Amino acid sequence: MKIRTIGRHARESIKNIKRNGWMTFASVSAVTVTLILVGVFFVIMMNLNRVAQTIEQDVEIRVHIDVAANKQQQQSLKSEIESISEVKSVEFSPKTKELDNLVKSLGEDGKAFKLFEQDNPLNDVFIVKTKKPTDTMQVAKQIEKANYVAKVKYGQGKVEKLFKFIKAARNVGVVLIIGLFFTAIFLISNTIKITIIARRREIKIMRLVGATNTFIRWPFFLEGLWLGILGSILPIIVIGMAYYRAYDYIGPKLQGTFIKVLPFDPFVYQVSGILILMGALIGVWGSVMSVRKFLRV
Amino acid sequence: MIEMQEVYKKYPNGVTAINGIDVRINQGEFVYVVGPSGAGKSTFIKMMYREEMPSSGTITLNGVNLAKLRMKKVPLFRRNLGVVFQDFKLLPSLTVYENVAFALEVIEAQPKFIRKRVMEVLDLVGLKHKIKMLPTELSGGEQQRVSIARSIVNSPKVVIADEPTGNLDPETSWDIMNIFEEVNRRGTTIVMATHNREIVNTIKHRVIAIEAGKIARDEQRGEYGYEN
Repeated sequence: MKIRTIGRHARESIKNIKRNGWMTFASVSAVTVTLILVGVFFVIMMNLNRVAQTIEQDVEIRVHIDVAANKQQQQSLKSEIESISEVKSVEFSPKTKELDNLVKSLGEDGKAFKLFEQDNPLNDVFIVKTKKPTDTMQVAKQIEKANYVAKVKYGQGKVEKLFKFIKAARNVGVVLIIGLFFTAIFLISNTIKITIIARRREIKIMRLVGATNTFIRWPFFLEGLWLGILGSILPIIVIGMAYYRAYDYIGPKLQGTFIKVLPFDPFVYQVSGILILMGALIGVWGSVMSVRKFLRV
Repeated sequence: MIEMQEVYKKYPNGVTAINGIDVRINQGEFVYVVGPSGAGKSTFIKMMYREEMPSSGTITLNGVNLAKLRMKKVPLFRRNLGVVFQDFKLLPSLTVYENVAFALEVIEAQPKFIRKRVMEVLDLVGLKHKIKMLPTELSGGEQQRVSIARSIVNSPKVVIADEPTGNLDPETSWDIMNIFEEVNRRGTTIVMATHNREIVNTIKHRVIAIEAGKIARDEQRGEYGYEN
């Protein structure tokens, strides 16, 4: 196809958008509404995922080493733990440091424990991190069996529940996003189908004067593209502004907690890109599917 | 040149519209196709621009065997053929100029050539002064003139017209006929289905009469031959 012809199709598609005022409005609104839904949901999902990730990363196994173990035996225990394939890192934390941490974490009340500095009752500890957080339980059980292990702690019970919750939340999220995506395509292809049925006569005339299917399809293809992109503008503005406000409001409140939301930049730009892409995709897909059945004249 | 051999057309609902037609129309001829309603005129015409396919037999137009023409090649075939309809079939959203130019745009002609050629044919049909109007702003006769301009803008060898004056008043019909006459004088074959007795009997040309799916008469400088 000649560049001149592509230019013609582009002009034609823009003209059509203007001429079919109400239909354009209907299609763009359908895209807008669905993309706002998809967008809001996507933002929530991504942040949940982020929170889940931070929580998961914080999960560690604390291996309390038997006080009876000497340096060499400690070393062999470390090697034994490191040889487990799911283990990412093993860090040694001496009991003096453990006591410091404990004192710090208790604040004012912790000062009482300072007395123990002379005769520290705590164990030396190996802090073990796994490559995949979900392997924690299994690795912990394996370490328990090793020699010179006094106790293994990883938030027994809580971690299992947390992982279950995160997994369920993710699955529900994925299913909902896929569901919304198809609803959007259905809605938009229906709206565009109506605009095309209204122009069935036009398509027939084009065929009669010798236009090829490709020639007829192009303006519709581009029209779908513009409709999709137009429809994604409002959702991007709404979501961008809402996220900006929400981030301003929630951000400070979460300071100091382990929960972190995704920062405005670059997250909102990424979401905008995804929304434009989705709008374009459903617009094009909807129009191409709808025009197809009128081309056999 | 148009040639039909042993052509039959039976619709899926069992109606036989064309029941064995053999005919030959030479380059430069002007042919009226007449006959009572439901006799198969419309099917006869539609098969020529490949809107209908024959059930059996061969139809050759401009050297193309339409019975074997693949769907994909239909647009290319139609570019060498002009078609004029009773209801004009103009694109309602395009201006007079754009409607005519459209037939050249689909073949990706040079813009310069399009401008020149479109103005030429609009001049021929006498609508040079209304190029910016939309079809809805024109009278029936004017719309039909746009439709004729569109059908000849590609300089086709054959123009097929299905009741082109069917929706027009008598006076406008004569104007339209004058344009067809002029197009024919320039060497284009014209096949026109019509119910207009006065025109057929006044502007004398070959008449093919179709009755019950067969050719009942085929006369040079014939008569309409039916009561209206």
